[in-house]
Amino acid sequence: MLALIRKLQANGVLGLNERNCEYIMRYNPRRLYPLVDDKLSTKRLAMAAGLPVPELYGVINSHREVRELPKMVAAHRDFVVKPAQGSGGDGILVVSARVKERNVYRLVDGSILGEDDIEHHLSNIISGQYSLGGHRDVALVEYCVKFDATFSEHSFRGVPDIRVIVFRGYPVLSMVRLPTRRSHGKANLHQGAVGAGLDLATGRTTHGVIGNSPVTEHPDTGAAIAGLQLPQWLYLLEFSARCYELTGLGYLGVDIVLDRDKGPMLLELNARPGLNIQIANRCGLRSRLALVERQAAGAPVEERVAYAMHTLAAAAPALN
Amino acid sequence: MQGYKVWVFALALFLIGGALFLYKWRELGYPLLPEEETSIWTVEATIQFDAGEKSMPVKATLHIPGLTPGFAILDENFVSRGFGFTTRYVTGGRQVQWAIRRAKGPQTLYYRAVVYKDPTQFENDTTPPFPPLPVLSEPLDTALQQLVAQVRDQSADPASFTVELLKRLADSGGDQNVGLLLAGESDPTSRARAAVTVLAAAQIPARLMRGISLVDRERQARVVPWLEVHDGDRWLYFDPATGAQGLPEKFLTWWRGEESLYTLDGGGETEIRFSVQRNEADPVLVAERRAQTVQSRIADFSLFSLPIQTQAVYAVLLMIPLGALAVVILRNIVGITTFGTFMPVLVALAFRETQVLAGVILFSLVVSIGLLFRFFMENLRLLLVPRLASVLIIVVMLMALISIVANQLGLDMGLSVGLFPMVILTMTIERMSIVWEERGPAEAIQQGVGSLIVAAICFSVMDINLLKHLFFVFPELLLWVLAICLLLGRYSGYRLLELVRFKSLAALMR
Repeated sequence: MLALIRKLQANGVLGLNERNCEYIMRYNPRRLYPLVDDKLSTKRLAMAAGLPVPELYGVINSHREVRELPKMVAAHRDFVVKPAQGSGGDGILVVSARVKERNVYRLVDGSILGEDDIEHHLSNIISGQYSLGGHRDVALVEYCVKFDATFSEHSFRGVPDIRVIVFRGYPVLSMVRLPTRRSHGKANLHQGAVGAGLDLATGRTTHGVIGNSPVTEHPDTGAAIAGLQLPQWLYLLEFSARCYELTGLGYLGVDIVLDRDKGPMLLELNARPGLNIQIANRCGLRSRLALVERQAAGAPVEERVAYAMHTLAAAAPALN
Repeated sequence: MQGYKVWVFALALFLIGGALFLYKWRELGYPLLPEEETSIWTVEATIQFDAGEKSMPVKATLHIPGLTPGFAILDENFVSRGFGFTTRYVTGGRQVQWAIRRAKGPQTLYYRAVVYKDPTQFENDTTPPFPPLPVLSEPLDTALQQLVAQVRDQSADPASFTVELLKRLADSGGDQNVGLLLAGESDPTSRARAAVTVLAAAQIPARLMRGISLVDRERQARVVPWLEVHDGDRWLYFDPATGAQGLPEKFLTWWRGEESLYTLDGGGETEIRFSVQRNEADPVLVAERRAQTVQSRIADFSLFSLPIQTQAVYAVLLMIPLGALAVVILRNIVGITTFGTFMPVLVALAFRETQVLAGVILFSLVVSIGLLFRFFMENLRLLLVPRLASVLIIVVMLMALISIVANQLGLDMGLSVGLFPMVILTMTIERMSIVWEERGPAEAIQQGVGSLIVAAICFSVMDINLLKHLFFVFPELLLWVLAICLLLGRYSGYRLLELVRFKSLAALMR
C-alpha cells in the first residue's frame, strides 16, 4: 500500500483531501460559489460576457408556474428541464420530442412521460429535492443541444460534453464525456459514461475510462476511444480559459457542449470538479497545477492557452 | 501559514486538556479506570458513662484525629443527645468538647470519622523546635546522661539512635539505667514515653503518638502507642514495642502527647470503645470531597455536581464528539460515503439500546419497507413536504408495528426500535430513494451499507466503557478530541478508498 501511495505521489495524482485543502479552499472564495452553484446566474454571467450558452426558454419559479410549461415550450420540439442548483446531473430531464395531440413527452432514453409526470418533476425541483441542502430551487427550461456529427460513433443517445479543468485561468487537463447505455444517455461519469482524456496540445482523445477502469472502445458502439479529433480546439481552450475572468474562481471545472448548428456552448461551471479526469488522462494534476502556480497573474487569455498547449501538455507527470 | 496556526491551536488545546486531566488525576485522585474502588474506613469512638442519679452539669472532652499521616478525613460527625459540642485545637491535636447543663443516668457520646488513604497527608506536618532538656532529679539524671552517651556511641543519626534506644528499652532487665528510667513499667507506652525523654536529652525532637490499626472489621479496636522522631528533615515513625521503623500501612493517628484520650467532668464510671469498619466507596465521590477540602474550584465545575438525571444525559452527550471524530476519520481518511454527515452518529446512539446486530436488522427493515412506500408514493405525485410527512408517518407506524409483532413473538430486541431517530430515518429513506433513481440501486445500497458500517463503528467506539468513564470524569479530554479534529481538518493525504479508485491508474503509470 505504501508503494501505491508513493507511486501516486510521484505521478502527482491529486486526492480529494488535497484538492479541497490546497486548491479549492485556497483559490475558490466561498462568496463566489453561488455564481456557479446556480446555473441561472452562470448563464446570465456568460451571456453578459458574450459566451454562447443554450438558449433559455424560461424559468419556472413556483408551483403555480408549473402549468405554464406547455406555453413556454410551444415553439420548440425538444427541450431540457434542469434544477438551477442541482449537482452531479441529478434531476435533469431531456425531452426529445413532444406529441402535442396527446400531451405526452418523449425523453431522450425513449421513455414517455405524461403532462402530470413532468409537472410532478418540476414541483420536486422547486421544492428543492435536487438542490444542495434541500433549499427551494427553480427549474430552467432551455434549448436541447443538437448532436454534433463529431461524436456520431462515440455516443449512445446523449450529447457528449467536454470538461476542462481551468486553474487560475490556465486550462490544465481536459476530457470528453461520452454517454453510454448504462448512463442512460447522460454525460456523467458516476452514472457510467465513458471519460476520454484529451491531449491539451491537439484536442485529440487519448485514453478512456469507465468508472475506475481503463477502456479502449465505446461499450455500446464499439468505436475506438483514442484518436478522435475535436473541432475548434484552440477556440474551446480559449472559451474555457475565459470562464476564469467570468467567475474569479481559481480552480474551476468548465463543461462545454458542441452543438451541430450553434457550435460550442457553455453548459455549466463547477467549483468542485471531480478527480476522475486524472484516470481518463492517465496523468496526475499536481505537476501541472504547480507549474501554473509559478505563473504571474494577469496574463491574457491567448497567452495562457498557448502556455497550456505548449508547456503544460508536454509536462512530465513527475515534474513536481 | 494556515497549517502552522492549526498546529499551534491544537497544541494549546492539547496542553490545556492534558494539564487539567493530570491535575485531576494525580492531585485530586479522580480514578482513571471505571471499576476502581477506594477503601474507606469508618472509625467510631463511643464514650459511655453514668451521670448519676441527680441531674448535674457534665463536660467531656475527647481527642479526635487532626494530623493523620497517610490518611485524610472524608467526613466526621458527632452524635450526642442533648449535648452541645465544639471542636478546637490543643497541644495533642484536635479535641471535641461536649457539655450539658443537666444530665442523669447512663449517657453515650459518639464520634464518627470516615477516612481514606491519602499519601499526600505525609507532608502536612511541620518541623518542630528543639525540645527543652529534661530536668530530672538524681539518680535519674545520671542514668539518663549515661544512656544517651552509650546509645550515641552506637548510632549515627536520629533514626539509628532511636532504634538502638528502643532496643535497650525493650531489654529492661540488662541495663540498670534503663530499669531506673522505666521505673518498673515495661509496656510499649511507657517505653515510648521514656524514649521521648531520652531523645529530648539528646536534642532530638520526638513525641508519643497514639492511633488505631485500620482493619476490615473490629468492634473493640485497641489504641496503639507509636513513637514519632524528627530527623531534622521529616518525621520518622517507630514501633516502641519492636523498635521497627515505619508506620503500619493502615494506621490512623488519633492524638499525640502525654494527655489522656478523654476527660470527664461530672460523671462516674466511664468506658471508651473504638470500632472500625472498612467499606468500598466510589472513588469519584472521594475525589470530589477531596477537591472540596483543598478548596479546588474543579469540583464546582464537575459533572458530578449535576442532578443524577442530568448526569445520565451528559454521560451520553459526551460520547457524541467521539462518534463525530469516528465519522471524520471514516469519511476523510477512509473515504466512506454516508447519507447525511452525522446521521451515523445518531443511529449509533440508537444502537446503544438495541445492540449492533439487532440495530442493523431493525434499521434495514424500517428503511427498506419505508423505501417501498416511498416508491409507491412517487406514483401519487405528492409535493415534497407532504410526501416527507407521509414517509415519516409510515416510519412511525412501522416502528410501532415492529414492536408489537416482536412482542408477540417474545423478541425483546424489537421493542427498542422506538429509540431510532425517526426523522433521521425518514430523511435517509428520502435521500436513498433519490440516489436510487438518479444513480441506480447499486450506489444507493452502497451508500446505505456505508452509513450502517460507519454507524456500527461509531457505536463500538462510543460503547467502550473505559472511554465513557474517562470522558465523564475528565470532560476536559474533549479538548483533545477537538485538537485531533482540527488536525484532521488539515489532512491532505489520500483517502484509503481513493487508493482503490486510483489503483488501475497507478498500474498504467511509470
